[in-house]
Amino acid sequence: MGKVLQKGWRPFLVLVLFFIIWELCTKIFAIPGWLLPAPSQVWLEAIYGWSHYTGHIFSTVQLIIIGFTVGSSIGVLVAVGLHLVPFLRQAFYPLLIVTQNIPIIVLAPLLVIWFGFGMLPKIMVISLVCFFPITISLLDGFRQADRDLNHYMLMAGATKQQIFWKLEWPNALPSLFSGLKISATYSVMGAVISEWLGASKGIGVFMTLASSSFRTDRVFVAILFIVTLSLLFFLVIVLLENMVIKWKSGKEGDNIESP
Amino acid sequence: MSHLKIEHIEKSYGERSVLKDVSFSVQEGEFVSLLGPSGSGKSTLFRIIGGMTAPLSGAVYLEGEDITGKRGSISYTPQSPSLMPWRTTLQNVLLGQEIVGKKDEEKARDMLERAGLKGYEQAYPHELSGGMKQRASFIRSILSPQSLILLDEPFSALDEFTRLDMQQWLLSIWSEYKRSILFVTHNIEEAIFLSDRIIVLSDRPATVVKEFNIPFDRPRREDLLLTEEFLHWKKLIYQEMRVLNE
Ligand SMILES: Nc1ncnc2c1ncn2[C@@H]1O[C@H](COP(=O)(O)OP(=O)(O)OP(=O)(O)O)[C@@H](O)[C@H]1O
Ligand SMILES: [Mg+2]
Repeated sequence: MGKVLQKGWRPFLVLVLFFIIWELCTKIFAIPGWLLPAPSQVWLEAIYGWSHYTGHIFSTVQLIIIGFTVGSSIGVLVAVGLHLVPFLRQAFYPLLIVTQNIPIIVLAPLLVIWFGFGMLPKIMVISLVCFFPITISLLDGFRQADRDLNHYMLMAGATKQQIFWKLEWPNALPSLFSGLKISATYSVMGAVISEWLGASKGIGVFMTLASSSFRTDRVFVAILFIVTLSLLFFLVIVLLENMVIKWKSGKEGDNIESP
Repeated sequence: MSHLKIEHIEKSYGERSVLKDVSFSVQEGEFVSLLGPSGSGKSTLFRIIGGMTAPLSGAVYLEGEDITGKRGSISYTPQSPSLMPWRTTLQNVLLGQEIVGKKDEEKARDMLERAGLKGYEQAYPHELSGGMKQRASFIRSILSPQSLILLDEPFSALDEFTRLDMQQWLLSIWSEYKRSILFVTHNIEEAIFLSDRIIVLSDRPATVVKEFNIPFDRPRREDLLLTEEFLHWKKLIYQEMRVLNE
């Protein structure tokens, strides 16, 4: 925790400065609140309206967790499948990229038409944005397994299964976590977008309501929540990573090098 | 019957012939070095013995059995120590046994202790020095059930002092465990100091040009390197190699 504080003060300072300038600008130029509320206004709204927001936040968090879990599981399964079966890789790898080229904003309403307003289309949207970074980074991790080690294991008579579990899978774990970090942030976005399309609760719903009634301060509160949630999810993944990956070198050295 | 027998191996990559009629053998418990110019095909030969690539023609016999293109019969120690960064030293040296089936942790701990790695059983490779990694990597081979060990330039990345230590250590372990070792090196001194026999390969396409039986008694000690006779051997082999390079 001390390390976070030590390194975190610089960006924190920049943020504080940014908010001060923003606050001053709204005062000096007398910008109306519906156009751009001052940070203090946003802050007050967040605190006083808290009880009003908890239901929305809870519903979004739930959606994110389910969507992220489903999406990353699919991501891992797809990566393993594509890696182990060369035919599948040749057939599906290019198509994988196509899935990311369809704008989610266009696809999401279609999913609602097909699957209704329930959980399913929302989870599909989140999964769709989540699985890709994980699949790509895992595939890279599998492929980048050390060649000498691969030769060593093959010559010692290792089976394909042993090579996968003892070499390729652990080798891909750091990449998996890079993918998970990206997906964790994407999943928050995905959840909000999916809620825009139609839901009774959630930060996305609350955001559309706020902006259509010109409660710009509430829009900013929503943004604040989204950013906080993204950071929290990111942090959870980093903590998990530190628990799982104990062998990363350079951690000690980094501290010595940076003053 | 010789432990390993290589018969008339030919190999080429596309147009380029790499190995040409390579034949030699390694006796049970013998330490044999392959000495050859860079790029002559020594690693390729190892890959053929290990069953990773098939030769165009020729055969590899291990204890009389044809193992051409078959894997699992030898233990290979690559040029880089190639320890798994996510495994502790102990887990790393047990890898060879794990692949085949049964683990003997007791023996592994014992070997690590005698390799000067006591207290490092639970350390990860990034916490070890280059020499320690090499020792761990070699212990992994010794602990493997395979009786033939292939070493591909294991000491080339080490400094002179560490290299000498490692050579001595390798000899002491080898004399105790009596595995057959096939050792690749560029270094003439290293080959003479370690081997019972040196096989000199020509430049590409590689063939066996000469074999030297090194008569020095064992156990060999460091001061051997400074004796008149050692220099004599060095000169002899050096001349042989120079002819090749011209
Ligand atoms: N997979 C491959 N495809 C094509 N050519 C190859 C392949 N592997 C090796 N070669 C070629 O075969 C020759 C011998 O390579 P090899 O790695 O066996 O040499 P080496 O004797 O081990 O060299 P060094 O001492 O530098 O390690 C080289 O010219 C190399 O370019
Ligand atoms: Mg080589």
